[in-house]
Amino acid sequence: MTTVAHVHDSTDSPFALSHLDSLESEAVHIFREVAGEFERPVILFSGGKDSIVMLHLALKAFAPAPVPFTLLHVDTGHNFPEVLEYRDRVVAKHGLRLHVASVQEYIDAGKLRERPDGTRNPLQTVPLTEAIQQHRFDAVFGGGRRDEEKARAKERVFSLRDEFSQWDPRRQRPELWQLYNGRHAPGEHVRVFPLSNWTELDVWQYIQRERIELPQIYFAHEREVFARSGMWLTAGEWGGPKESETTQKRLVRYRTVGDMSCTGAVDSDAATLDAVIAEIAASRLTERGATRADDKMSEAAMEDRKREGYF
Amino acid sequence: MSTSTEQLSDQLAATTLLRFATAGSVDDGKSTLVGRLLHDSKSVLADQLEAVEHASRSRGQEAPDLALLTDGLRAEREQGITIDVAYRYFATPRRRFILADTPGHVQYTRNMVTGASTAELAVVLVDARNGVVEQTRRHAAVAALLRVPHVVLAVNKMDLVDYREPVFAAIAEEFTAYASELGVPGWGSGGNPQENWCTAIPISALAGDNVVEPSANMDWYGGPTVLEHLETVPVSHDLTACHARFPVQYVIRPQTAEHPDYRGYAGQIAAGAFRVGERITVLPSGKTSTVTGIDALGESVDIAWAPQSVTIRLADDIDISRGDLLAPVGDAPATTQDIEATVCHVADRALSVGQRVLLKHTTRTVKAIVKEIPSRLTLDDLSQHPNPGQLVTNDIGRVVVRTAEPLALDAYADSRRTGSFLLIDPADGTTLAAGMAGESFATGKAVAAVDEEEGWDF
Repeated sequence: MTTVAHVHDSTDSPFALSHLDSLESEAVHIFREVAGEFERPVILFSGGKDSIVMLHLALKAFAPAPVPFTLLHVDTGHNFPEVLEYRDRVVAKHGLRLHVASVQEYIDAGKLRERPDGTRNPLQTVPLTEAIQQHRFDAVFGGGRRDEEKARAKERVFSLRDEFSQWDPRRQRPELWQLYNGRHAPGEHVRVFPLSNWTELDVWQYIQRERIELPQIYFAHEREVFARSGMWLTAGEWGGPKESETTQKRLVRYRTVGDMSCTGAVDSDAATLDAVIAEIAASRLTERGATRADDKMSEAAMEDRKREGYF
Repeated sequence: MSTSTEQLSDQLAATTLLRFATAGSVDDGKSTLVGRLLHDSKSVLADQLEAVEHASRSRGQEAPDLALLTDGLRAEREQGITIDVAYRYFATPRRRFILADTPGHVQYTRNMVTGASTAELAVVLVDARNGVVEQTRRHAAVAALLRVPHVVLAVNKMDLVDYREPVFAAIAEEFTAYASELGVPGWGSGGNPQENWCTAIPISALAGDNVVEPSANMDWYGGPTVLEHLETVPVSHDLTACHARFPVQYVIRPQTAEHPDYRGYAGQIAAGAFRVGERITVLPSGKTSTVTGIDALGESVDIAWAPQSVTIRLADDIDISRGDLLAPVGDAPATTQDIEATVCHVADRALSVGQRVLLKHTTRTVKAIVKEIPSRLTLDDLSQHPNPGQLVTNDIGRVVVRTAEPLALDAYADSRRTGSFLLIDPADGTTLAAGMAGESFATGKAVAAVDEEEGWDF
């Protein structure tokens, strides 16, 4: 897709790229840099829209050859069944290799303890870190975008992590031009964010332009939900609803897909991509502010979790 | 949900992307300007604004402090400063913007260099009451050194000088005089303001004059607001006039039943345009071939240009690997092992004469030795200090580097992407310095003004 944008003013030459083409070219460049410089790269793949777009870009970057990376999913045990089904289908379709690091297994083995609030997102850090160590991954692609949250606004495209996966904002290397520095000592690895410069709307527009298939929960559907902390949560074995909470059937869709315990749905009748995009463009709430409980914990919640090795 | 269908389709239309950087000190109101741009272009969403209002109240401030929209890390919030480059995203119906918001403190020159390295425009902020100060000159020099194509001089706090035109005119003139010392082409050539390197705009970020909305307090100013200028400044030009450059990133060889003989060279076009049928030279080997196909992420095209990521196929089966450069026959850069360059030192440890480093240029990383550090530059007055022996954090100076292998390097003045490099510490991978090959105003001799016909390669 190298369509020249229809630009509004005559100051742009015929060589102007549309913003999606610019972002796509940049992301593909990042994937190819990693393929050229690292031994064991892996893509964090959850079946959520950002990781789906990442995989799509990786497929384009190396076509007609296969993607030279494996996939890793940190499964909280509270994932939506529709998403897991989608994940497995995509992996099979492209002949990819998927590693799963399971939070449930860690809990069963007594290596992690369930939190009182039932949310498992913060519990992903240990299985992720250990999977990186165990498989000796030296580059780990994440779908993080700088527009998502204030601490991420300062994240590099290539983000160096020590052997404990820790992120030290003061140790980050300046990132100049398109020269990404991926040098690291044995045991260290680099987190790579090819979607750094994309916004939520860019991701949706790209999904639309490329006709990328998504899990059904991104579109309006009837679901048993209950209200908690101002969000519609899905009833399930993960710990909801409590006795004081009542479920109801509502027409909802998900804007972001994480853990059932902390990902809220929004009221919506948008059943197609066009309708979803129109709704998002009109929305006056950012993606995470509205529907992610885990980022609301404190003003510095994300910064603290990143230091510990979170995505 | 009160957005009209028309606004929606505007927001969803294909637009171009402008990357720009802001520079200026905390006291100049830079965070307020950025906050104002985001706020008045309706890019701040309800929950972000709510968080800012909440944080402002808890600090005992009456009005929401727009600067809080951009100060992300805890240390910054505590100290009320910006310690690192933060990237911000906003859009108007006409364009999408990526803003590298760089701190203005003296010790953070390296951050501005970082932000400016990918910017097509830099906004330099001055306080109308103080005019052009040391810091302003430093920011202008960095923008010129990094060859940022456009600069906006935003003369802020006009409300504090009663919106008087003479104040603004004097500052714009002083800045112009300094910029001409930097040897910036197109500067002050009159005619079409789009041709000039710099556009001066009188604003009040706090009151909102001329940031997004035209000011009712400055009838004497007939130019665009900051946002209008950002929306209309040209982001691309005729790439066929540039030297075409293609650093090979990765060789694609599926060797599958379906594609037994496919061999493509994947990369991002660094400068200019490539066409099917064109004769190319491979550097550093010097072998030649013909482009037989260009795969532009899923479709075959006859022509592709910077900064598209493509896969190029050639007529001949020659040995090409990551780190090689493709260029048109007859328009290839010379290869060299002796590089003279201007560097900005970005690490906490010094760079010394005799130091062994790695040099990363495009997709190639080679061993190198720092042979000489002929001079260090003082940005405030562009004075030279000969043979400093070493460079420390935020220093800008000239270096002479000898590499273990030949590199196909352009002058940074000709091509930002193939004239730039990093110096890296082989011990732990730290990025030590950002280098720009060839002459610059830091060379100590007058840089010949670039001929208008040639233009810059961005």
